[in-house]
Parts: sequence; C-alpha cells; structure tokens
Amino acid sequence: MKITFWGVRGSLPSPGTGTVRYGGNTTCISVETDDGQLIVLDAGTGIYKLSQALLGRLPVSCSLFITHTHWDHIQGLPFFIPLFIPGNRIQIYGAFDPISGKSIKDVLSGQMEYCYFPVRQDELRAEIHYMTLHEKQTVEIGQAKVTTILMNHPVLNFGYKIECGGKSVFFTGDNEPLYNIYSPGDDFHQEYGSLISSKDATLLDFIHGIDVLIADSAFTADEYPAKKGWGHGTFDSCIAMARKAGANKLYFTHHEPLRRDEDLDAIERRLREHYPAGEGMPSFTIAYEGLEILL
Amino acid sequence: MVEQMPAFPRSVYRVMELASDINCDPKELVEVIEHDPVLILKILKVVNSPYFSLGQKITSVNHAVVYIGLNTVKNLAMSTATIGALPRKNKAGFDMDAFLLHSLATATIARLFARELGVPVKESFDYFVSGLLHDFGKAVLAHFTPDEFQMALTIAKERQVPLYMAENEIFDIDHSLIGSLLGERWRLPANLVASLKGHHCLEGDRLPLTSVVAAANQVSKWLQIGDSGNPILEKMPDAIAEQFGEDFGTIVERLGGVTDEIEKAKVFIQG
Repeated sequence: MKITFWGVRGSLPSPGTGTVRYGGNTTCISVETDDGQLIVLDAGTGIYKLSQALLGRLPVSCSLFITHTHWDHIQGLPFFIPLFIPGNRIQIYGAFDPISGKSIKDVLSGQMEYCYFPVRQDELRAEIHYMTLHEKQTVEIGQAKVTTILMNHPVLNFGYKIECGGKSVFFTGDNEPLYNIYSPGDDFHQEYGSLISSKDATLLDFIHGIDVLIADSAFTADEYPAKKGWGHGTFDSCIAMARKAGANKLYFTHHEPLRRDEDLDAIERRLREHYPAGEGMPSFTIAYEGLEILL
Repeated sequence: MVEQMPAFPRSVYRVMELASDINCDPKELVEVIEHDPVLILKILKVVNSPYFSLGQKITSVNHAVVYIGLNTVKNLAMSTATIGALPRKNKAGFDMDAFLLHSLATATIARLFARELGVPVKESFDYFVSGLLHDFGKAVLAHFTPDEFQMALTIAKERQVPLYMAENEIFDIDHSLIGSLLGERWRLPANLVASLKGHHCLEGDRLPLTSVVAAANQVSKWLQIGDSGNPILEKMPDAIAEQFGEDFGTIVERLGGVTDEIEKAKVFIQG
C-alpha cells in the first residue's frame, strides 16, 4: 500500500511563503493498493495536484471516499480533471444527509450548479457512479476493504478504514473527541458519560492495532478551549487515540490555515519533548504535502 | 377551543431561538427537545433509520447527540420542530397536506422577503415561523368544528369570497383572530402574534412582519403552491406594494429562487 498526502490543510487553502514546506492545499489523500487500485480520501484542493499526476496514466479508474461535505473536503472536486475525460471510471462514496434528505450525489451536484461552476454535472464525460454509505458498511475495492464509522463533527462525518494485504490505515476525517455536555453535578452527567465511553470503545475496537492512523489535529491543547464544539481534535487527543488503539504510526493533518511552517516545526519539537519514544508510543509525524508512506 | 390545543409550539419557538445562537448551550437544546414528544420521535426515527444502520438502537436525545453530533441534532430539530405543531388530520375534509404546503411556501417566501428587506438573519426566523403559523387558526377550526368549517370552505368556494369572510359569517370570528389568540397562549413574541392577527389587513401601515407575511401569503397563492382553502387572490399589502410593486411575476423574480427554496424546505413536512 502506498499512501500519499496531496493536501493537509484544514478549513481554507493557505498558499504563501509561510506554508511552502507543509503545503497549503486542503485535504486529499490517495491510497494505492498492492493490486493497483486507487482509493482517494476527500477532494479538497489537493486533489487538483493528484489529478495532474493521474493524467500520465489514463484511463483512470478510482474510488473517491468523501468523509463529509464541508467545503475544505470537496472544493477540489470540480477540478478533478479525470472527471472530464471519457474512458475514466470514477466511483464516489459518502454519507446520506439526514437534514436535507439528500444522497451524496445530490449534495455534490449542488456545488456544480450553474451559479457556482461553468460545467454541469451532466456534462462530465467520465463514467461516474455514486453510492451513499451507511455506518459500518464495507466496500470492496479489488483486494482492499474500506469500512465506515461515524465520527464527531458538526455534520455527519465518516472515518474510513482501509485494509489490504494484512495492512491497515484509518483516516478520521474531521473529528473532535466526544466530551460531556453536562457538568459533574448535573442529573445526566453520568448517563452521558457512559454513552461517550460506549461510543469511544466502539471506535477503539474498530481501529485496534491499525498500522497507520491519520487524524485531525487542527488545534493545540492551548487553543482548544476557545474552539470546543467546532468538531476538531488536538495533537494531544490524536496521540491519546493512537495510544489507546495501539496504532503503529500516527500522522497529524488538518493544519490550521494560519499555522506557518515554523509553527508546525515548533509544535513537533514540543510534542517530541512531551511524548518521548518508548513502549506504547506510536511514532508520529506532522503530515505535509507530497509525503508518501509505504506499507 | 384555543385552550384545548396542544402546547408544543413553545418548544418550537425555543428550538428556533436556540438554533439561531451559535453559542447555544447543548444541554438547553437537549432539554427543549426532550420536552416535546413530536421532536423526540422524529429525531429517534431518523437516527435509527437504515441510513445509519447503527449497531445499536438509539433511545434518547443525549444518545443521539453522542452518535450523530449536536449540530446535526440541532438542525434536525429545527427542520422538524415547526411542523410537529400542526395536527395532521381533521373531519372537515380540509386537505392538511395541501394546507401544510401552503403554510410552508408562505414561510419560505416570507423569509425571502425578509432577506430582500435586509432583515438580520436571526430575526428572519420570526418571518419563517410567522409564515408557517399564519393560517394556524384554520387548523383549529377544522379540528374542533369540522362541520361548520366545511361549510365555510364551501361558501368561500361557491360564492368566490375570501375564506375569512365565510368564517366570519358562520363563526363570527375568523382564523386570523383565532391564530393570534393561540399565539398569545403559546407566549409567542408580540410582533409574531400581531402578524397572525393582521395577515388579512392589507391597507395602511403595519409592522413589517405583518405586511411581509400578508404579502407572502398572496405570493404563495399566486404560485398555486399548496392550498389554504381560500379561493381568492387578494392584492399586495400597501407597505409591500410601495417597495416591490403590485405585479406578482416581478416580485417572484426579485425574490429569486422561490420555487427552489420551497423545494428545499419541503423536508419540513416530510413525515
């Protein structure tokens, strides 16, 4: 399995001199399986770079899994060039939207409406299929299995686990660890706490022993209190998740748009001091555009 | 009969209010939902639907918040809240589905008017709720006095007079007054109550909310979306005509995307 990061930024693309090393594109990760299948996770602006790379290997057949439909995870989709080329085959997967009652196809076609984009969905020339997924559904892509789990974000967000040839990777999409909305004295505090424990246990069981964990670490622990409820994790919460799940390697992603390269370097130094290598500690890396992981 | 109506809509209003505050307290939202059986039922129905196929049954609002997240529950409550207030069946032969569609169209158009008039987003919920509830008095009449209300519907249709005139002839009161009494009982804000009362008074200066709901009512009738039981298309209220003119086609064009918005809002009345 080869995993490549094409976009590691959250919320908004962040070009400029301050982000050249880690990159300014929003979320897009590709996973090439041992039997040559191409799986793409999210369609932030990083997908544009991926599409350039794919032009040399037409026709393209790929499976695109959308964690959720917030802008930074879909804004590159209309610029995914393989969609325009006849002979390519693209399968798009994602969650149902319970608020509007819409399928992933309905939601995504909205962004190609006339007022937003010059080409309508009907005019795309590749063979495109859509599939709305439910939780814990497994899709087989060649020898790989991709399975969904609901994470915690202000919109439904699937984490995707990809398993192939005895190796596994899990991408959280956007995720904030669950927290108790009640104070310790409140009537429902204990009940809510046990609901959280049960949901957390389900997640940890789902990703137990994962080889690679790619997780949303938008905030530092210091920044988090002001951003509680926004639907994102911290570097520390990701390390905690990786440790509890027994993950082998952890990659931090969804960097804040204002985070400069030197800020991320400084965060990494602090994390290495605070979490020295040792038993039970996964190796961790702050993901950057172009980073490749071979499994 | 107003006293006998269920008291759900206060929670509806509260949900709307909480949902318009980005920093709303999650506990408070859960509490409001938990006190409204219609809301709880709808939320649990969606969370336990095959779309999620969760490994276990979700049995409480808190449980739903843990699983699908606070924001999704909030939005689900908002899209469900208003419609849960309306009884779905009556013996007056009054088509409640068509009535709900008319109410929803009026609500949506009222919100578009509000946008066009530069009303702040937070306040535009009042326009939506007011549009949705403007004919609520009819649901009360149809529910409690089905035979007489059926007669009023027939008179309006056969003589081609506005329904409220036929109601006045039979009941000596009309749905706008009943709606406003109900609004008072539900402790809705005063401007909202005034709009329920005044939505058929088309002359002179009214509160903006009243004029807008009156105008939205006419526009939705002109578009023939749903059916309020009133066969007569009336004129634009003076205050709106001054700013938007009297021509319905031009007004709809200026509001922009009316039918699309109504399509989107239909999720409110899906069972």
